[in-house]
Amino acid sequence: MAESIKRKLEVDLDRCQGHARCFALAPELFGTDEYGNGEPRSGGLVMPEDFEKARLAQRSCPEFAIRIKAWED
Amino acid sequence: MPVNRPPVTDWKEDFDHLDPQWVRDPYPIWDQLRKECPIAHTERYTGAYLPTKYKDIRTIAYDTENFSSARVSLRVERTQAPNPPLTLDPPDHRSSRMMILPLFTPQAIQAYEPQITEICDRLIDRFIDRGHCDAAVEYAQEITARMMARFFGVSEDIGPQFRTWIYENLELGLVEPEIYARSTKEIDDYFANEVAIRRKNPTSDLISYLITTKLNDKQMSDDDVVAALRLLMTAGIGTTWSTIGASIWHLATHPEDLARLVAEPDLMPSAIEEFLRAYAPASLGREVRKDVEINGQQLKAGQMVFMAFPAANRDPDVFPDADKVVLDRKDNKHMAFGIGIHRCLGSNLARTEIRIGLERLLKRIPKFTLDNTKEVIWSESHIRGVRTVPIIFG
Repeated sequence: MAESIKRKLEVDLDRCQGHARCFALAPELFGTDEYGNGEPRSGGLVMPEDFEKARLAQRSCPEFAIRIKAWED
Repeated sequence: MPVNRPPVTDWKEDFDHLDPQWVRDPYPIWDQLRKECPIAHTERYTGAYLPTKYKDIRTIAYDTENFSSARVSLRVERTQAPNPPLTLDPPDHRSSRMMILPLFTPQAIQAYEPQITEICDRLIDRFIDRGHCDAAVEYAQEITARMMARFFGVSEDIGPQFRTWIYENLELGLVEPEIYARSTKEIDDYFANEVAIRRKNPTSDLISYLITTKLNDKQMSDDDVVAALRLLMTAGIGTTWSTIGASIWHLATHPEDLARLVAEPDLMPSAIEEFLRAYAPASLGREVRKDVEINGQQLKAGQMVFMAFPAANRDPDVFPDADKVVLDRKDNKHMAFGIGIHRCLGSNLARTEIRIGLERLLKRIPKFTLDNTKEVIWSESHIRGVRTVPIIFG
């Protein structure tokens, strides 16, 4: 049951311009690569307690580059 | 300013980003335009359009086919000193930007945090016992000018000279072509000398990095390095100083927000994004490449576009209560650093300076108010910001 409520974070690198706002607002969930582009940590896995943080990052990305999907094992 | 321009009476057909009314309080002007004329125009400054809606500014920022960055400011003449990568369009833009990006990643900037903290504390030491200070002059601008000097690898003593050049190049230079040309040359001569010194004795600083790094086997020419350094200097000081100053001005005039931020330091990351949204300093320019229609209006080739990112950030269609500062705003896709391929290179440095600047001040001086007996002055340029923020502690 717990499996089905996990979520997966994705950063669309065609859109990301390296604002790094995801990292500033949710450093537990996002790092950045060598050019400063957003990079989800832990393969993008988000547990329920971090959903709000994940949504905050998504709703703060000015390039609309962050997607939150259902986790598929 | 020593130039005689008629005051604006019609913001739709004759806007002026240096008009005293705009400088004092541009927000009601943009509100009116958004409702009545979402893309305004002026014949001033070689002719320019002014979009004030978030979606139109977004469309133009992404449309590098029809809008060029070859000219990036609204000035009385068409001349534009090259400022790579800012003034480059695709495909040339990418390699120059890729070379500089690694210097400005969050990890790279993290290494400077102890230095920024030390600068902030040293500045606060100077005025904390006095009971009052000018938080723009004695704090905000000192932080960013000193930090930029360290970032380049030059002496902090150059700070006042940097600020003079920025004022001449970005403010006076908009209406005084001779001052623009002279200050551009002085800045370039200064950096050319710093480049020459490092050609002989390379160090580990930013300037050395730029002259030695290769991307796809290509190196930047010395002229390009000098022009890029001029960009980093002129873009990296007044902007962040404006945001730190405006944030302190806001807290000095909104005691409930000051008390909340002191009591809830975890709010800082979202509060910073909100200050950036509400008090975004930088507007840039684009040049229309070919006739194009945006939101039902024909834009003519050769005209400029004033990209008022601060106006986009106050668009009520995107931000409910757009004129209100909400420290924990959840939906905040602000454009303070622009959007698209020209996103501000230094945004991580800026954000870190704003954060540490506010954290140290609030830690050591948790209560302060604006000194209403003194005047607050706002800048006249593409960079909107407070140049004086007189505050009293306690």
